[in-house]
Amino acid sequence: MNPLFDLQAASVSFGPVHALADVNLRIGSGESVALVGANGSGKSTLLRLLHGLQRPTAGQCACDAGARQAMLFQRPFMLRTSARNNVALALWLRGTPWQAAKEQALRALERVELADKARRPARTLSGGQQQRLAMARAWALQPDVLMLDEPTASLDPHAKREVEQLMAEFASGAQRQDGRPVTVIFASHNLGQVKRLATRVIYLEQGRVQADLPVQEFFDVERLRAVSSTAHLFVKGEQV
Amino acid sequence: MSTFTESAATALQLITSFDPGLLAIVGRSLAVSATACALACGAGLVLGAWLGVARFAGRNAVLTLLNTLLAIPSVVIGLVVYLLLSRSGPLGHLGWLFNFQAMVLAQALLVLPVSTALTRQVIEDAEQTHGEQLRSLGAGTALRGLLLAWDERYALLTMLMASFGRAISEVGAVMIVGGNIDGFTRVMTTAIALETSKGDLPLALALGLILLGVVLVLNALIALVRRWREHVEGHANGVSAVARALA
Repeated sequence: MNPLFDLQAASVSFGPVHALADVNLRIGSGESVALVGANGSGKSTLLRLLHGLQRPTAGQCACDAGARQAMLFQRPFMLRTSARNNVALALWLRGTPWQAAKEQALRALERVELADKARRPARTLSGGQQQRLAMARAWALQPDVLMLDEPTASLDPHAKREVEQLMAEFASGAQRQDGRPVTVIFASHNLGQVKRLATRVIYLEQGRVQADLPVQEFFDVERLRAVSSTAHLFVKGEQV
Repeated sequence: MSTFTESAATALQLITSFDPGLLAIVGRSLAVSATACALACGAGLVLGAWLGVARFAGRNAVLTLLNTLLAIPSVVIGLVVYLLLSRSGPLGHLGWLFNFQAMVLAQALLVLPVSTALTRQVIEDAEQTHGEQLRSLGAGTALRGLLLAWDERYALLTMLMASFGRAISEVGAVMIVGGNIDGFTRVMTTAIALETSKGDLPLALALGLILLGVVLVLNALIALVRRWREHVEGHANGVSAVARALA
């Protein structure tokens, strides 16, 4: 079976700064992949590369052209209009006629329990509600791949739980109309979240992949130490 | 000082008595500048939005040229439009010279760099912050520019204000292409210049006060719109903060 993403010696440089270096990676359908690492390790750049927002400056980044993608950012951008229009706009940009888009948007808002806020200006919603709105926007697009860049970093514990629940539903396919699991790739500093949501963990350091393991093995200190001399220190530090 | 106070008193009398000559000049001025502004701001908005998001070879040269045009003297614009519209010029067949249209064209050309440059700056800042998310949603360059322009509509009111201020306060261009013909192409600024040179200070001062008043009213309106938006959004944010605190 062909992978959804196939990176071969992919590198991204911004002038003298090497954000990603020599990354070899294959991600298949239905996986739930967590990208972990310190700030500036290249997690966001890798997500942007996979999503097509960034081109590799060297190497190759191939992705399944038929796979629909959606991405959530740490601080989702909402246009100065209603919550419903924000979701409808995403659909309209992908070719759905405006009226149909507005109807689908309402269903998406119901999905994340924001239907009662449909007419509210999106920017007046709380951080957690805006992230759920971004989830609704993603759900409306019915993606095959959902990417999230530290989606709960600036949220309170309650909002964090709500977003995590939606992520889990995405990964299980419960959020898709056809029930097919969605490939979820997310960057996170929260190792508890990684344990709860990921099936595979990729540890990055200075733009290089230092460890790429199934989640159980990643949290096995001996196994992790055997793969990377620094990854276990990161895990230890983050867990303190 | 006594000349000033006497002139001011006469000027106020002219304003409060709704002097027909004065009103005609004010009406013409507003019509010319508003039309020029509508045209230039419409074009400047589209052009500026595109420049704010598009990346192409030679963009820096275009931006340098645009910034240079910001400082172009209005008499130079007047001269260029005069040459274009004069009988032997490429647009001479239109017969616009010393007409309303010539003044509108001159002011529109004068304002276009202002509206384009200000829009470009606002949109470029928004693009740096939010452009990637719009790209992620599938918005191409042109659509991204327009969406960001729409999203920044309240910030762009400043552009509108600056453009109108530039148009209504300039004198050189309309003097050259309009000819300051009494009852036909005489506007506030050209009338002020003429009446001052003739020594009719009350009329000049009355026009000056009205000019100031028009800009003041416009500015106040824009400030009101902005405050209203801040109030609405701030209130709603406050409501959600209270709701969160109570939850």
